[in-house]
Amino acid sequence: MTAVAHGSTAVEAGTEAPTTAPKRRFSPGDIGTLAVIALIIFWCLAPFYWMAVLAFRDTAFTFDTTPWFNHLTLENFRYAFNTTDNKFGRSLFNSLLIGAVVTALAMTIGVFAGYAMARLSFRGKGLILAAILGASMFPGVAILTPLFQLFAGWGWLGTYPALILPQISFSLPLAVYTLTSFFSDMPWELEQAARVDGATPGQAFRLVIFPLAAPALFTTAILVFLASWNEFLLSSVLSNGNYKVEPSTVALAKFTAGPHVVPYTQTMAAGIVVTVPLVIVVLLFQRRIVSGLTAGGVKG
Amino acid sequence: MTLAEPAAGSTAKASLPEKPGPKRNKIKTGEGRLAFMLVAPTIALLGLIVGYPIIKAIFNSFLSDSRKIDPSTGQFQEPGAWTGLTNYKHWLLQQCPSGAGKTISCPTGTLGSQFWSSISVTVGFTVVTVLLETIIGMVFALMMNRAFKGRALVRAAILIPWAIPTAVTAKLWIVIFDPQGILNKLLGTHFAWTSSQWPARSAIVIADVWKTTPFIALLILAGLQGISADIYESAKVDGANAWQRFVKITLPLVKPALAVAVIFRTLDVLRMYDLPAILTGGANGTTTISILVVKQLNSGIYSASALSTITFVFIFAIALGMVRLFNANIVGTPGKGGK
Repeated sequence: MTAVAHGSTAVEAGTEAPTTAPKRRFSPGDIGTLAVIALIIFWCLAPFYWMAVLAFRDTAFTFDTTPWFNHLTLENFRYAFNTTDNKFGRSLFNSLLIGAVVTALAMTIGVFAGYAMARLSFRGKGLILAAILGASMFPGVAILTPLFQLFAGWGWLGTYPALILPQISFSLPLAVYTLTSFFSDMPWELEQAARVDGATPGQAFRLVIFPLAAPALFTTAILVFLASWNEFLLSSVLSNGNYKVEPSTVALAKFTAGPHVVPYTQTMAAGIVVTVPLVIVVLLFQRRIVSGLTAGGVKG
Repeated sequence: MTLAEPAAGSTAKASLPEKPGPKRNKIKTGEGRLAFMLVAPTIALLGLIVGYPIIKAIFNSFLSDSRKIDPSTGQFQEPGAWTGLTNYKHWLLQQCPSGAGKTISCPTGTLGSQFWSSISVTVGFTVVTVLLETIIGMVFALMMNRAFKGRALVRAAILIPWAIPTAVTAKLWIVIFDPQGILNKLLGTHFAWTSSQWPARSAIVIADVWKTTPFIALLILAGLQGISADIYESAKVDGANAWQRFVKITLPLVKPALAVAVIFRTLDVLRMYDLPAILTGGANGTTTISILVVKQLNSGIYSASALSTITFVFIFAIALGMVRLFNANIVGTPGKGGK
């Protein structure tokens, strides 16, 4: 456990301190390492690169396996967003809306629980922590079946609430957990100082801790938003085929380019549209995200 | 499914407040009351959105989907009559109704007959992908730990498969796996990857390994970076070779990080839905339990409830077993700590 914590700090701080002293300038072993590193980068990026190549390629050359960009066109993107077949713009808006509401809800409620978990000692804390962990681990289908029936009865299938509320089941535990780990690492001496100066616990939280916690909140919000943006199982069933509310993952899964057409290049264009904003966000905040993923250290 | 992944690492840390140790500057007065007020909204909401549906599903699983004739009144019953363990017998014992209240074993091709195969497919996917991801992830992490120049670049590259939504990943691999696609060109083969059993299964495993190995590597790397270089130096002085250093030092010290990654990946693959649902549609022996539940939704909600309850209990049991195992390994005292 502590190994994870320490490691993340190193990753987060980006210290990259050599674990073995580099005595020799270059050795066959280094070349081997470099080769594997190159392989890793290729393995991670090649499929993504291929998606980009096809997204900009003329449909007539779908099966052209030239490994670089050729037969360039923007037609695929135009097709993805055209309003008669795919209405992809609408689904992007839905993903944004659902993600924003889910993130706001989970963060607003989760921040209090995270604070209590990290800072206060009270009876039943272990049990509550286990319950929240349990809620984040159970299979989505376990709540899908009753929710499907319930929402069908209320006429909620294919509405925004039916897509937003169930996502609380995984986003709230995620928020509470990440925040708990972030909060455990904060300089709480400052809070005590404020308390000594006569602030109530509430004031100490609002005036001292909250400004310090802002980066942690931001990182957690990104992780929750990404989880919501990726969600497929609940949305695909509960949107009930209503394109007006379905998120982009569901829209992409049933992407068409007309009858008897294999819509590869158009689908890849849509995939690029869904992915590129995420990739930019992830690369911009990569250190924070890695720290949030591995342990949540905010030090450094 | 990536949603549990971010939680994976953070749980490691989240257990810290529970650990015995010096609790400096804790607030002492009125904590219980404040804590209750702070935690109550989370518990209430989770109770409503997770707890209630699960209890409802358990209740529903004992109800009947079929419109049977009530023998005492001679009238048709509406679906929803109490039927005891029939739904469970249907799935677990493969009993399908055959008219006149009798049951036969479920005919091939029905959803009922796919239960045990979907269980073994799911377990098979879990074992193979988690094993592959752990081994390859370990290699990635060891290499990243050794390379100092390209580490920032590798970390950026590694986050890209993680950031791509699973639905996009599935579509992307459909294109790559097309009989006329790039993979067959590169390999010089003519596989119809997604249209027969083992290639279809391999396709799903490959796509899943691509997407999540980087994540596991990142977790292991975090563990590796916590190991002091001095230990390796003294082991070298004592004459330990590279393999001995890996087995005797690296593995035991990285085990906590590894255990968290393995548990969360296992639970994630056990409930895998989107990748096979989009990549193969569950065809050719790739129907996971989650896919079976969704298929059953439209042909009998009460039976689907029984199936989702079975799934829930199945995954819960594995989770409990793994957490126990993991606790015992880490704390050394089984049944205590780690939560």
